[in-house]
Amino acid sequence: MLRSMIVRGAERIVASAGELCALDRAIGDGDHGTNMKRGLEAVLAKAEDIVALPTGEALSAIGKTLVMTVGGASGPLYGSFFLAAGGAIERGRRLPDDLADVVAAGVEAVGARGRSTAGEKTMLDVLVPVLDALRAGAGRADLAGRVRATARQSTERTGPMLATKGRAAYLGPRSVGHIDPGARSSCLIVEAICDIWEERL
Amino acid sequence: MSGSVGIVIVSHSIDVAKGAADMVRQMVGEEVRVAYCGGNAGGGLGTDVNLILQAINSIWSPKGVAIMVDLGGAETNSEMAVEMLPAERRGSIVICNAPIVEGAVMAAAEAAGGGSLERVRAAAEELSAS
Repeated sequence: MLRSMIVRGAERIVASAGELCALDRAIGDGDHGTNMKRGLEAVLAKAEDIVALPTGEALSAIGKTLVMTVGGASGPLYGSFFLAAGGAIERGRRLPDDLADVVAAGVEAVGARGRSTAGEKTMLDVLVPVLDALRAGAGRADLAGRVRATARQSTERTGPMLATKGRAAYLGPRSVGHIDPGARSSCLIVEAICDIWEERL
Repeated sequence: MSGSVGIVIVSHSIDVAKGAADMVRQMVGEEVRVAYCGGNAGGGLGTDVNLILQAINSIWSPKGVAIMVDLGGAETNSEMAVEMLPAERRGSIVICNAPIVEGAVMAAAEAAGGGSLERVRAAAEELSAS
């Protein structure tokens, strides 16, 4: 299942590189799609080695690959998410039972790395609601669908937000009216994972 | 000058980084320990953890290294690079909150005069309005 999630998530990002760059051109430097594509292609190239590892180490390996290949601020941010999530598993958390705790470790690491919280028009505006949905819906049969819907809605909600972190913050009020590219890339990855999760249930 | 603090300049643009390093050498002297990097792994504007690590290691000094950054990603990637260094080096690196060109010149001047890592950082950060 990890293999499918990695491949689907990476392919989704690679296929959406143009859309992510277009979103980033509106309120950033226009390279979010190119950067993410480079990183996820590197993950895809190593996918067989990664899935041969225990789950925690596999997530950490994804994180390290993203740190080393994505560049921009997204590399350290996505990298920190997977390094911390992998670390939580290596310290004894188990999937799928502790999924919310594992995601929480990743979300916390993104917040610490970016010195950011939800509400600043960043990827955290998707990741935090997704974590809340995971906790609120724990044990429900339709959890994957609820998480996917949360990811989509929370991405749309970044449109009217005023950016106060990241490159878009330089634009001040002109950042309003555009969906945040980092929120969108987070949404794409969450959606891909939810798709595989539902297909396997 | 192996006894002086090293200066690393991290810009999104290799041209900005090189230009800042050129200014440091011209104003402080050729012997200053300065390294620079810029651009992402794809050759475009951006910053890259590997290149930052290489720059740090190329001018490593027991007295420490002060990093100058431009926009947000340069700082985030520099923090990541510092975390990936061996534990014994991590405590001897600071990322300065300073304008990249002026900060690099001020920091290098202090470093060339034999200043400690904290004094080098203070020299650079005096420039930033807080």
